[in-house]
This record gives sequence, C-alpha cells and structure tokens, in this order.
Amino acid sequence: MDTSGKVILEVRKLSVAFEQYGRGLKRKVIHAVEDLSLTVSEREIVAVVGSSGSGKSLLAHAIMGILPYNAAMNGELLFEGRMLDGELLRQVRGKELVLVPQSVSYLDPLMKAGRQVTKGRKDEESRKRCRDILSRYGLDKEAEGKYPFQLSGGMTRRILISTAVIEQPRLVIADEPTPGLHPEAARRVMEHFKEIAKGGAGVLLITHDLELALLTADRVVVLYGGRAIEEAQAAAFSDESQLKHPYTKALCRSMPQNWDPSGDRLCVSGEILAYMRKEYGR
Amino acid sequence: MKTSGKSSMLKRVGSRSAYGKRKAGFPGNRRLATTVLLVLTVCFLAAVTIMGYFWQEEAVRTDFSRKNLPPCVLYPFGTDWMGRDMFMRTITGLSFSIRIGLLTAAVSAGIAFFSGLAAVVMGKLVNDLVLLFIDVVMGIPHMLLLILISFACGRGFWGVVAGIAFTHWASLARLIRGEVLQLKQSQYVKIAERLGKSRRYIAFCHLAPNLISQFVTGLILLFPHAILHEASITFLGFGLSPEKPAIGIILAESMKYLAMGKWWIALFPGLFLVVVVLLFHYAGQSVCRLIDPGSVHE
Amino acid sequence: MRLEAKGLSFCYERAGRQILKSVSLALEDGERVGLMAPSGYGKTTLCKILAGYESADCGEVLLDGKPLKEYRGYCPVQMVWQHPELSVNPRRRLKTVLSEGDFPAQNDGLQSHIEQELGILEEWKERYPSEVSGGELQRFCIARALGERTQILIADEITTMLDLVTQAQIWDFLLKETGKRGIGLIAVSHSPELLSKICHRVLKLDETNI
Repeated sequence: MDTSGKVILEVRKLSVAFEQYGRGLKRKVIHAVEDLSLTVSEREIVAVVGSSGSGKSLLAHAIMGILPYNAAMNGELLFEGRMLDGELLRQVRGKELVLVPQSVSYLDPLMKAGRQVTKGRKDEESRKRCRDILSRYGLDKEAEGKYPFQLSGGMTRRILISTAVIEQPRLVIADEPTPGLHPEAARRVMEHFKEIAKGGAGVLLITHDLELALLTADRVVVLYGGRAIEEAQAAAFSDESQLKHPYTKALCRSMPQNWDPSGDRLCVSGEILAYMRKEYGR
Repeated sequence: MKTSGKSSMLKRVGSRSAYGKRKAGFPGNRRLATTVLLVLTVCFLAAVTIMGYFWQEEAVRTDFSRKNLPPCVLYPFGTDWMGRDMFMRTITGLSFSIRIGLLTAAVSAGIAFFSGLAAVVMGKLVNDLVLLFIDVVMGIPHMLLLILISFACGRGFWGVVAGIAFTHWASLARLIRGEVLQLKQSQYVKIAERLGKSRRYIAFCHLAPNLISQFVTGLILLFPHAILHEASITFLGFGLSPEKPAIGIILAESMKYLAMGKWWIALFPGLFLVVVVLLFHYAGQSVCRLIDPGSVHE
Repeated sequence: MRLEAKGLSFCYERAGRQILKSVSLALEDGERVGLMAPSGYGKTTLCKILAGYESADCGEVLLDGKPLKEYRGYCPVQMVWQHPELSVNPRRRLKTVLSEGDFPAQNDGLQSHIEQELGILEEWKERYPSEVSGGELQRFCIARALGERTQILIADEITTMLDLVTQAQIWDFLLKETGKRGIGLIAVSHSPELLSKICHRVLKLDETNI
C-alpha cells in the first residue's frame, strides 16, 4: 500500500437518503448511506464491499452527481483537495473523474465500439490513442468495428474500461465491473484496474464480491446497511484477529476456503445476521 | 444546514433544496395531489349522475310560457322551443350517458379480461377462437357494427348497451392477451408449473394479480369511448328513443334551431359532453399513474 | 433416485446456435455433484433441461430409468435459480411462496423445520418481494423447492449474488437437509473452492461439449 500518495478523493460524512412511497399515500425516507467517510489516494485501489441494498452503488452515483431525482444528499466531497460542487463536477466528470458503469446497457447499441471509445471523435490522434488503449486490453482492430451486441461479456467490460481511461483520469470509479463474468475473465478485468492504479490514478472499486476485492484492492471498506462498519488493509482478511467488527470477522470465516465440511457446521457465522438486524435495523 | 458555512457543502439534486430539511428536500407528494384531484373528479361525475337521476321528471316538463329563453340566471343553459330547462336536460342526458357508460365499460372490460386470459391459458383452440373474434370485431368499422348490433337487439336502452359492450372489448382483450403471453414466460410461472400447479391456479393466483393495473386502466379509459358512441348512435337515430333526454337526442334536435341563432341549445350540452369525457380520461390516467409499478414512486 | 442424462443436445431456435452437444452425466441416489463450465457454455440451459423446464433437441433425461417427461404433476427434480427476485411473483406476499411448495397438511413439521433451519422469520412472510433483501428472498425460493416429494435439487449459482455469510448459511442448511433426506444435489458455481467443499465430485464441462 502507498499512503504517501496524494489524496485524490475524500468523502466526509456522506449521507444519501431517498424517499419512496409506502403502501397507500404515506411516504418514507430511506437512509441508504449514512455518515460514510473514506479516502482514495493516487496509486491506490480502495474497494467498497457490501451486499445488495448496502448503498454501495449510491456512493458512486453521489460522487458522480447522478443520483435519482427522489434522492437527497449531505456531506462533503473533495476532489484533489477542492470541493466537488456542481461546477467542478462539470469540469472533471468524464475527464479526470470517470465511472466504469455496472451494466453493458450503458453502451450505445447503435455505435461501433471504437467510436464509443473515442467518444465520436474521428481525428487521427484520437483514433491512434483508441487503438493503443484497445490493444493494451487485448482487443484487436476487429473488435473496434463491432457493435456492442456482437461483443462477449468480457470484451464489453474492456470496452467500458477503455472508454473510461482514454481521458487519462485521476480517479476511476468501478461500479460492479465483474458480475456475469467467469472468474478467469473477472481476474483479468481486475488486472486492468491494477494497471490503472500503477499508472498513478486512484481506483474506487465497488463490488459485492469480497474475495475478488481482496485479490485486487489495497484497502477494503465493508459497508452494511449504508454504514461503513470496518476499514482494513486487504491483508488483514487472511487473519481474523486483525479485524475489529464481528460482521467482518464472520465474513472472513464465511469464505468457502475457510469452510469445514467435515465439522458440525460449515462455519460459525450465521448468528451474526440476527445480531446485525438488531443493531442496524436491516 | 446551510448556516454551517464554507465547511459544509450541500449538493442539490436536481433543482430541489438540500437534504436535512425533509419537507424541502424531496418533491411534493405528487401521489397525494393526484389522489385529491382524482377524488374531486369522481365526486363531480357522481354528482352529475345522481342529480340527473332525480331530475328525470323535471327534464321533460314542458312550459310554453318560458320557451326559447337564452341563458339567464334562472335558466343558466336557457330553454328550448318547448320551454324545457336545458340545464336539467343536459345533466339528465349526461347522467344517462354515464350510467350506460359504466355498464357497457364494465361488461366490455370483463369480456376482454376473461377472453384475453383464456386465450393463453386454455390452449390453442380457445386462442384461435378469441383471435378470430378480435379480428372480426376490429375488422368491421366500429360504428357500422354498433348500429347493426343495436338494431338487431331492438334499439332502445338494451340495444345500445349490447352494441357498445360487444364492440369495445377487442383492443383491451388483445392487450391483456399480450401481457399474459409475456407473464407466462416469467420464471415464477414456470416454477409453479414444475411444482405441479394447475392452470387455474396459475391463471388466477399468478397471472390475474399482474393484470389488475391494465384492467382497471383499460376499464376507465373505455368510459369516454362508450359515452361518445352512445351519443353518436343516438344522434344518428339508432339508439335511445326520441322522448328520452339523452345527449345524442338533444344534439340531433338542436340542429334545426342552430340555424335560427339559438346557439345555446347545442353549445352547452356539447361542451358538457366534452368535459365529462375529458374528466374520465383524466381519471383513467391518474389511476394508471397510481397503480402502474413503473411510475409508482413519482 | 438416480438422475441420468444421455447425449443431450440443444440449440436455440432463432439463433440456431448450438448450446449443448451430446452432454451425458449421471447422479446417483443422494449424491452431490458440482458442475463447472466456462461462461457461455449453457449451464443454465443444462439445468433447465435436467429439471424439465426445457426439452433437449436430442437425448433424454431419465429419473430412475423413466423419462422425466412422464412424471406428471409435481416434478421430483426441482431447480433453484440464480436470481430470486425473478423467481417470485412481485405482486404476492412471501407467504404464498411457501404455500406453493409441497408441504401437505399431514406432514406439518417439514415446513416449520425448513423455515427454522433457513432462518425465515415470521414477519417476512407478510411482506412483498421488493421489501426484503436478495438473501432473504432466496431462502424462500429454496424452502419452496424442498417440498416433500422433491428427490433431486438443482442449484444454479444460487448464492452468486448473495453475501458470504448468507452463502455459508444456505449451503450449511442444504448439506444437512439433502443428507438427511437423501436428496441428490447438482450445484453449479464459478467457485472451485465452494464446490470442492460441498460436493462428492466435481464435473468440469469444457469446450469439447460445445
């Protein structure tokens, strides 16, 4: 890990709430993210791990300023030491601050892959850079001329990453970049993120897959019910005693490699869910 | 929150103000507003229906001492050449139209629901039959089929009801059939099949609950059609009998007097017919917004 | 019961793309077999054929020597899917999911035993699917599939989208329950560690079968 690097993104006490209709006319406010703080430095990969509904995708959307209309947020976001307000966001979004989205449907289905990477520009320099980047991700000229539906899952992810990194970003936010991918392909995608970090950018990796996060990230933030319950070095997960929170300890025990099929139970962890429901209300 | 100054950054989402002040942070309760307007609409329509029901006697009362009066305080819609109060005639006519509309729309929607469901669930033969009927009904011009059925059923109230009920179900049936076809491909229906559940169980427990929003919306949006067609067929003389104070009759009779400058005899009944139809349309769309899962959080 | 697949082939009508090509496998009584295959292999299609959701273009599925198609009504081979939110009707309360399972009144203990072991809470039953988490929903789907007449369970990546604690809890329950009742299990997963811990043997289906 590299703590000496400059801090690129700082999130201070971020809260996101959104309002939904319950049954009938009553509205309820759902506090999806509460008091979340984290930092991402250059050359660093920080993973935010949580199950569905833990608010991890909303974190990405809050940073990018693309929360749904019925949401409201509070807290401070600093990008390279400056307040990330509406104006700065417009300047850096898509250039220094990029999002690798969750789903393939973020690609324009009617545009060839190469054009999507260059964002429609046709000049010689853009095309050359596009080819450089695509070849770095193992995509040949043929892939450049294909439409999204002709690409496999793994190729689509690499196109999505290429679209993000062509602008030489300072911070890459990856929102669930691997579901639906075979473990081998997922690991290759993770290697690409490691390369991006090596190149000097910070990477915020948002995923539900703790095992994959541990393979890639320097630090892991575990999210539960919208709150960060633990932040630890990735290496700490190989030894339960280095972890503080009972839920993270249980996560650690629950990894299949730590299961004991000959014992009375696969692992001792199930009770934690009842405890967490009581403590966090979900 | 805003007072904490420089150190606190509040980011607005859309054009709305910040989180923290709960009331200001979210859009107004659109669902509540829609519901209130919907209730007002329904109250207005109900009032017209009930008032018209009790004014049936009054509406046909002739009084030659007050004939051909233009709109005034006592007779807001004026009177006609037989001295009948046009306000009461209009309300009674609309009441009649609404009641026929309710009955025919309910029958039509019922036919549509069961034929659409049966077409998919009960096998190929039923499906072919339903499709054939849909094609027949939709293939013949609406008005022509309506007149034929109404005429065959002896005109009058029941002729009109039968005519409208049997001509308006086809497009909703087609919609519901399409929806059921799609639902039948869903995972939970297939799982229920593998769990050995009967067709009836799947139709009523799995498919029907998912059709309610289409059904209710379709039902309400049938009203304006039914009302307009009732008025047209009566206007053309194939519907209700001439002594009934129906909107179609009023408009047909007014033709003679329009040329003589008695504009109020046609204008107000026509205007009110349009208003009622638009209100039904609005009510249908509101209900659709309230129960459609896609816009449920708006 | 013994489940046997002989020379299954399958291709999608429209695309004409061959998904499976003469796949054969056998599952002995009470055996737990893991399936691994590269993405795009058609694992889900294979599961659907084994559970009777689809029929293969050629080849057959035999349950105790009798073609699966000849079993009418409740299918003794039940499948649990990867996405629980698609496996339940969004318009019905969760208690109806349990009532669909094969839990006859005279065997009252079975349902409550399964509910308890899976950690299904009473309060969840009155909720709609959108009001519980994916892990909670998947527990209902598993309970529904483990009715009295179920002999073989096919689990198609049932814990891929869930958190690790829930995953461990679900597999712990499934090992005990299938072991106790002698239910055969076919588990599909991406994770070799997971399969090696829970299965008697792991089958690797590869390119030669495409």
